[in-house]
Amino acid sequence: MCATCGCDADGTVTMHVPGEDNSHEHGHGHSHVTKIVDVEQDILHQNNLLAERNKGYFDAKNILAMNLVSSPGSGKTTLLEKTLTDLKGQLEFCVIEGDQQTTNDADRIHATGTKVTQINTGKGCHLDAHMVLHALQGMKPKNNSVLFIENVGNLVCPAMFDLGEKERVVIISVTEGDDKPLKYPDMFYTSTLCIINKVDLLPYVPFSIEKVKENALKINRNLTIIELSCTTGIGLDQWYQWLKSKVVAPELA
Amino acid sequence: MHELSIVMSIIDIAKKQIQGTDATDIEEIELEIGTLSGIEANSFEFAWNQAIKNTPLQNAVRKINHVEAVAGCMDCMIDFSIKNLFDACPVCGGHFLNIKKGKELKVKSLLVNYASEQ
Repeated sequence: MCATCGCDADGTVTMHVPGEDNSHEHGHGHSHVTKIVDVEQDILHQNNLLAERNKGYFDAKNILAMNLVSSPGSGKTTLLEKTLTDLKGQLEFCVIEGDQQTTNDADRIHATGTKVTQINTGKGCHLDAHMVLHALQGMKPKNNSVLFIENVGNLVCPAMFDLGEKERVVIISVTEGDDKPLKYPDMFYTSTLCIINKVDLLPYVPFSIEKVKENALKINRNLTIIELSCTTGIGLDQWYQWLKSKVVAPELA
Repeated sequence: MHELSIVMSIIDIAKKQIQGTDATDIEEIELEIGTLSGIEANSFEFAWNQAIKNTPLQNAVRKINHVEAVAGCMDCMIDFSIKNLFDACPVCGGHFLNIKKGKELKVKSLLVNYASEQ
């Protein structure tokens, strides 16, 4: 049993670090009295408590934590590869990867020279605060660093689970529909930044930038929206600027 | 699919409530689920039936209070019922809303059978 939170680490959620051979793993008798017990407990209470704990950890160590969410295939990992390569030396980074199976994404991040842990959820469809807590215990990220948490590719379930992140970035690509925000409102409602990726493909798809922005702002009028392409590099500077603006300098932390 | 996570959390909450008592079983569980909570009824039903086997909730009758969503328009200050997060204010057509009701997801109460007086 996990000493931190009393969970039974039954091996269904597993953690991997590229290059390391490890498995860090997280009668009917007569009833006399019947009573109504008032519970009044929020079902996500446990996750929210652990998310707050993660938040406290991040605040204390001045770590900017970001939760990257999207459908599978919108370009999360490629965006991270590009960011980690272009900003190498300017900021200290570490990454938590979430997928049902394989260490493929973590291997790609590892190749950029960035510290990374892969969480395999098995049958699970989202990361939760508990999994992130255990990953952090293994990784021991440095103070004043930027932590990217790449969630499981899924535009539905991750929306409900606070990981303790500071910013939630929802990524959609122009090869998806421009009505995506209306179809998956919870994800856009709970995000702080929306990245529209693969804009180099706009000439070939019936995707309207105006429409998707209008739809996204209908759901969440405070959403910042950045258009970019990891292939051509257009818009990446805006993303880097936004990212740097969210980093708190050590002396001000 | 996350409905299974939700059901597991409900089972944990129920188990914690009866821990340390001589409860024999839980007869009823009352849940409050808002229409904007993101819970899909069929998935929830499916997950529930599978997950409660061999737990204190396996024979419990499930009562769900569905809370209808209500939003307040931040521009013209009226409250109205909403079905979707992208619904517009019926008076001014604006989308700057404060969701007041409808995101609830909680265990309200349990009806527990005990072997003796508590």
